[in-house]
Amino acid sequence: MKFGILVNEGPFTHQASDSAYRFTAAALAKGHEIYRVFFYNDGVYNGNKLLEPQSDDRNLVTLWSTLGKEHGIDLVVCVAAALRRGIEDEILQEGFRISGLGQMVEAGIQADRLVVFGD
Amino acid sequence: MYVNRRAPYGTIYALECLEVVLVAAAFDQDVSVVFLDDGVCQLKKNQDTTGIGMKNFSKTYGALDDYDVEKIYVEKESLDARGLTADDLVIPVEVLPADDLREVMAQQDVVISS
Repeated sequence: MKFGILVNEGPFTHQASDSAYRFTAAALAKGHEIYRVFFYNDGVYNGNKLLEPQSDDRNLVTLWSTLGKEHGIDLVVCVAAALRRGIEDEILQEGFRISGLGQMVEAGIQADRLVVFGD
Repeated sequence: MYVNRRAPYGTIYALECLEVVLVAAAFDQDVSVVFLDDGVCQLKKNQDTTGIGMKNFSKTYGALDDYDVEKIYVEKESLDARGLTADDLVIPVEVLPADDLREVMAQQDVVISS
């Protein structure tokens, strides 16, 4: 199946990004396709490379980035939501890109299922 | 279908959901919007945000009609629980009981909650 993933919360405060990451990794492991992961609302913080969690904790920014590189996943951060929160290209983690809400709409159209992870 | 369940202020979900609804409509999608739980308060008339210093964006819901978003549903139970009726809202809506709303949701290709 072809999945689109929508992540609406940032790392740490809510579990949504962890759940989305694990769902995405599990779907790939089962041979499913991930059409796109779109980050909206506070979800845009998942693309902030300045995050430095403690060394014995998970780092969702690098986890997403690594997963994206390994599987060639399109990781898209909403431009309007990102600028509102100070996320610009200069602090965007490698593997992410900033684009418009149309990319979310397109994911809903192209994917068999769009799975929303929020609070 | 976009589902709004939260109060208009205090978090940004309501405003950012409205933004994505307008974009989806601009992409010629068959967009519908639902308001339930505290989300019904997003449509309440006479909002005054001066005391909290946040932008009152309730007038923007009027733009839904300009974007041909005409399927706007409000859950009856949520209105009743808050002492509201359709007359208290800034735009015309279709008020549906939860059972009917469930059927409308089941017909959707994509449901995005906010």
